[in-house]
Amino acid sequence: MKKLIASLLLPAATLIASAAVLPGSLPVLLGLPAVLFGSPAAMASEGGVRLDAAPIEPTDVVSLQSGARTFANYCLNCHSASLMRWNRLVELGLSESQITDNLIFDGSKVGDLMNVAMTKKDARKWFGAAPPDLSVIARARGADWLYSYLRGFYRDPARPTGWNNTVYENVGMPNPMWQLQGERTRVEPKGDEGKEGHAGAIRAVKYEMVKPGSLTPVQYDETVRDLVNFLVYMGEPAATSRKQIGIFVLLYLLALWPLAYLLKREFWKDVH
Amino acid sequence: MAAAEKPPVSGTGSVALDGALTWVDQRFPLISTWKAHLTEYYAPKNFNFWYYFGSLAMLVLVIQIVTGIFLTMNYKPDANLAFASVEYIMREVPGGWIIRYMHSTGASAFFICVYLHMFRALLYGSHRKPRELIWIFGVLIYLCLMGEAFFGYLLPWGQMSYWGAQVIINLFSAIPFIGPDLSLWIRGDYVISDATLNRFFALHVIALPLVLLGLVMAHLLALHEVGSNNPDGIEITEHKDANGVPLDGIPFHPYYTVKDILGVVVFLIVFVIIVFFAPEMGGYFLEYNNFVPADPLQTPAHIAPVWYFTPYYSILRAVPPMFNSQFPGVVAMGVSVMVLFVLPWLDRGAVKSIRYRGTHFKVALTAFVIVFLILGYLGTEPITVWGQFGAWLGNADRATVASRICTVIYFLFFILMPWYTKVDKTKPEPERVTH
Repeated sequence: MKKLIASLLLPAATLIASAAVLPGSLPVLLGLPAVLFGSPAAMASEGGVRLDAAPIEPTDVVSLQSGARTFANYCLNCHSASLMRWNRLVELGLSESQITDNLIFDGSKVGDLMNVAMTKKDARKWFGAAPPDLSVIARARGADWLYSYLRGFYRDPARPTGWNNTVYENVGMPNPMWQLQGERTRVEPKGDEGKEGHAGAIRAVKYEMVKPGSLTPVQYDETVRDLVNFLVYMGEPAATSRKQIGIFVLLYLLALWPLAYLLKREFWKDVH
Repeated sequence: MAAAEKPPVSGTGSVALDGALTWVDQRFPLISTWKAHLTEYYAPKNFNFWYYFGSLAMLVLVIQIVTGIFLTMNYKPDANLAFASVEYIMREVPGGWIIRYMHSTGASAFFICVYLHMFRALLYGSHRKPRELIWIFGVLIYLCLMGEAFFGYLLPWGQMSYWGAQVIINLFSAIPFIGPDLSLWIRGDYVISDATLNRFFALHVIALPLVLLGLVMAHLLALHEVGSNNPDGIEITEHKDANGVPLDGIPFHPYYTVKDILGVVVFLIVFVIIVFFAPEMGGYFLEYNNFVPADPLQTPAHIAPVWYFTPYYSILRAVPPMFNSQFPGVVAMGVSVMVLFVLPWLDRGAVKSIRYRGTHFKVALTAFVIVFLILGYLGTEPITVWGQFGAWLGNADRATVASRICTVIYFLFFILMPWYTKVDKTKPEPERVTH
């Protein structure tokens, strides 16, 4: 019996401790291998560059609101998020009138989906490819990829749009936030540095600011962080409540286990 | 009249309940079925850890059926609507995400339980005489499950759904003569399309679940006909008391029902951790690329099946094309599964349980498990994952060479089984079961 209590105490204590802190840290406290919780494309992009870790915080409502604003201003003109309903954003602490007044620019109702007026056919004609829907883009690409990609644009006169990207080479999309970030060119490394810089950390890639934007580099990183935070939220709006509910389901099962054990022991007393 | 001859039911502690049960029992084999399969079905008393996975597989089957029914209420089997309808379930249907994650996690959990359940059979010789038919029904269940998983995986209509189905159906076109027509017939179109999605939906939600339930029934009836094996691999029916009850047997109910509840709770703890905290399981249970809607014009750079198919996918890739045809690889993959059917006749060991087998079998089984896992891992990765050998080996991909070696060992496990099980120096079996 002593052994049983001891074996139960540790997981229970761990759970209660983790329930008290952020739900996101539960897997770590449970000692589950980190690989299970890694984000997609955690290792590298197609271009072979190592990605920056996105410093996002799914429970930071201020960051999510700021991300929603950036999303509505800079992304939602070409990209739709047609699986996401505007009024779901009340979860982020916004009222329906705040959403209508500050985020919806195309006259959509607050109960509508985040669609864009541009048709796929037109988009293909104008950009060569239709901009993908962004509803679940964070689940396909991963936060790190998005965070690195949105900070990886540079001026490239060889491209039809005048823009290229370190993470997604020869991308069709021009830098949508160039007024914020400013215009940079990529400094091509000389000699031996070249290969290493490409396969190594993304930080090894050097840029030169040609025309500064309205934000400082640090402010721009924060803006992208908030935007990626929002994209991750939008990829699975139920994620936070999923983890919170999960803690209670687990606690229930952990409480059920000793009862099931005692029941079994009682019945098996007469088996020798 | 038969109805009148049956004794009335008694002993429930309630006159009304006794009466009701008597009424039913005189018209339906209620009490006799209950006794034959539960309270008077005698199972060996020495079941260990490995014996939980049969009942757990059945639990997962129930989870899949129940969650599947609820998913069907909101899912749209239409190429234009399928992807969005899954996200509709995830976002707008109350509790939809729990149902969907239970179903997607359940698919993998089903295979985990079944693989461990099959491994248990290999450990203790549960496929051996007189349980060959139980094993064959089991392999049929496994095949049915693979079909069920394959058809179901197309339904979310993501990139991996689409291109995974494309790759697998194209395998059929490698069959000489009838191949191209056969794959066309399976798809119902020249490419994977709405027609394919609709028929896969029908097969996934109606046809295969019906077959699966029938096979599970047959599996259990065959088991209860001959009785369960046990970790000692000896027959408990050889030592019975005066009433014909095996001395080492205990009634399945209540002993194993209460023990299985314990297993169920532990299983659910693991299941819940995945469903609520890691439903994607690092991309192994839900592939990241499947969050991109199916696009027939854009082939993904890396197409990998879900983890439970990858050992066989590795075998397929390991076999080089011969006479300009992929057919040999397809045959190897098919045979690697079908060979399971003849396992009871390949194994000629004097004893059933690994406890009393000799070194030969232990080495063979260990090697088999290791290569199965390596093949499984390699199947999830591009063949370039381990880099290339130098020019001395023609710059061959290391992973391809490794998977070829593993494929050979996989088949040797079966081909050489009649020999190594026969010459193995076995230990004497005990007279009665041990703990």
